[in-house]
Amino acid sequence: MRTTISGVPVDAVYGPEEFPDPAPAGQFPYTRGIHPNMYRDRLWTMRQFSGFGTPEETNARYLYLLRQGQTGLSVAFDLPTLMGYDADDPLSDGEVGKCGVSIGSLEDMEILFAGIPLADVTVSMTINSPASILWAMYLVVAEKQGARWERLSGTLQNDILKEYIAQKEYIYPPRPSMRLVTDTIEFGASHTPRFNPISISGYHIREAGSTALQELAFTLRDGIEYVDWALERGLAIDAFAPRLSFFFNAHSDFFEEIAKYRAARGVWARLMRDRYGAKDERSWKLRFHAQTAGCSLTWQQPQNNIVRTSLQAMAAVLGGAQSLHTNSLDEAYALPGEHAVTIALRTQQVIAFESGVTAEPDPFGGGYFLEHLTRDMEAGAQDYIAQIDGMGGMIAAIERGFPQSEIANASYKYQREVESRERIIVGVNGFTESEQQPIELLEIDRTAEARQVRKLEFLRARRDSNRVAASLDALRETALHTANTMPCILEAVRAYATLGEICNALRDVFGSYKETSIV
Amino acid sequence: MSSPIRVLVAKPGLDGHDRGAKIIARALRDAGMEVIYTGLRQTPEMIVNAALQEDVQVIGLSILSGAHNAIVPRLMELLRQNEMTDVKVIVGGIIPDDDAEDLKRQGVAAVFQPGASLETIVEFIRGASQPVTTGQNH
Repeated sequence: MRTTISGVPVDAVYGPEEFPDPAPAGQFPYTRGIHPNMYRDRLWTMRQFSGFGTPEETNARYLYLLRQGQTGLSVAFDLPTLMGYDADDPLSDGEVGKCGVSIGSLEDMEILFAGIPLADVTVSMTINSPASILWAMYLVVAEKQGARWERLSGTLQNDILKEYIAQKEYIYPPRPSMRLVTDTIEFGASHTPRFNPISISGYHIREAGSTALQELAFTLRDGIEYVDWALERGLAIDAFAPRLSFFFNAHSDFFEEIAKYRAARGVWARLMRDRYGAKDERSWKLRFHAQTAGCSLTWQQPQNNIVRTSLQAMAAVLGGAQSLHTNSLDEAYALPGEHAVTIALRTQQVIAFESGVTAEPDPFGGGYFLEHLTRDMEAGAQDYIAQIDGMGGMIAAIERGFPQSEIANASYKYQREVESRERIIVGVNGFTESEQQPIELLEIDRTAEARQVRKLEFLRARRDSNRVAASLDALRETALHTANTMPCILEAVRAYATLGEICNALRDVFGSYKETSIV
Repeated sequence: MSSPIRVLVAKPGLDGHDRGAKIIARALRDAGMEVIYTGLRQTPEMIVNAALQEDVQVIGLSILSGAHNAIVPRLMELLRQNEMTDVKVIVGGIIPDDDAEDLKRQGVAAVFQPGASLETIVEFIRGASQPVTTGQNH
């Protein structure tokens, strides 16, 4: 039987079943889009995820991308930064600047955004366990530029649950981590009304090998968990729900992906209105960023990746994304080179300005096949959500390894299908070529690590070490109790405490998390 | 009769992307091998220690972060210091061609780049491991 890439059976032909006409775009439950005219009024934000080496090098790349017509920035941090280690920590050996930019202190953040007006450019930061610290650095840089916090617009990923589920870049155990996330949501509700303090992410769940349905369902259930924690904190639903944002994968199965985005909006709108009693329409509208599927990129015949990415980007656009990252053709090899990232950005521009698909919201809406897929996707997501509710919520589900093993099973099943050639991947297990043409790759400067280490030494020598120590003591004390940690983190950042020092202060109080590996 | 090949699948460095490591662990197990998966964030010291404790014939490292040039040479050195050079080391992940050649010169038995089939990896391990023959049937 024919199936989608997620293994969902597809009948030969779908006919007119009893599908109610979906409400127009801009109307509850927003299946067809959150705005009545969608891209007729405003295109999505073209936001290429980018960062490598030192902040000096990444700053140059950002200025280049802005000159090429990119309309927002998206920061990729290196693994030591993501894991809360300084560049001179022994565990950072060989990893500094490799998978993203190395940011060790406020000083590095000042360099990263030199010449970039944060009052005008929206910035997304892919950072999770240390999210509140990097956000504090960002807020202080903005303040030094003279930008008022109320004007700042952007997104912090800050989605720790999907780290335990899929990407595994966690530092502390789940509950103190959730407290830190809730601190940022609470702080944002009163200080940064235009900033999204969280981007609830299915992208990494999908990259870890889940099906489209699992990506959707686990992400929405994570959203419920954040909402429950914020309500528990005493926030009113409409005080923070409009600023919850989402992040989905744009994978290869074209119609399944469009159905996933439509179902996401429909299920979320009903959850917000009916389960939580949100009154503000903005709380009902699920806004999302999409990124084409990194895991679909092939090492073999890498030019084909341009085509894959174009089709995936088209699905995201036809699915009503608010912002989009397109992967570069060379990303099965390395971080993208300048030439490759330019083609990826041009891909979005061709879709936006040449293809004509922006003329109408949800142009496939009402089609039998798409409506059928959407309905099944909604029902499947609701089943998973009810199942996780029954376990006592997402943290309990994670602790018993439920989402992790669902994903591992789906991932292994898919790989077996590729292995047996039930699924053909062009250039990998079908239409192969014996000769591989080399492509030009970005080389990370091998001196980046040494330069970052030296910068930290200079910083430690010249800052006010008493102020640093006092700020870290205050943070430890606050972490022990229940007050919001953001003010203490801001003070530590202003004192030029390093990222590793601040994370270690929190490690002292919260401990570190070790998962039970599920194979 | 020969006992099953014992393999340690390890995920060194700070990276947490374990999709590949888990698939390999499961595929080797399905192929009849005994697989020990270390979990995440293992230092070379921890991996060599686990290999010693578990008495494995093969260590499989999954590295996607670009940190292989720091991690693998340290691991190979530790194997030499512990007189464990009979343990075969294979590396899978995002390893550029030039680096793959370097790693092989340092004693890595094989490097599997993206798109390598599970069957190729299973066959390589079968070929490279000396089956341990026991003196009597159990």
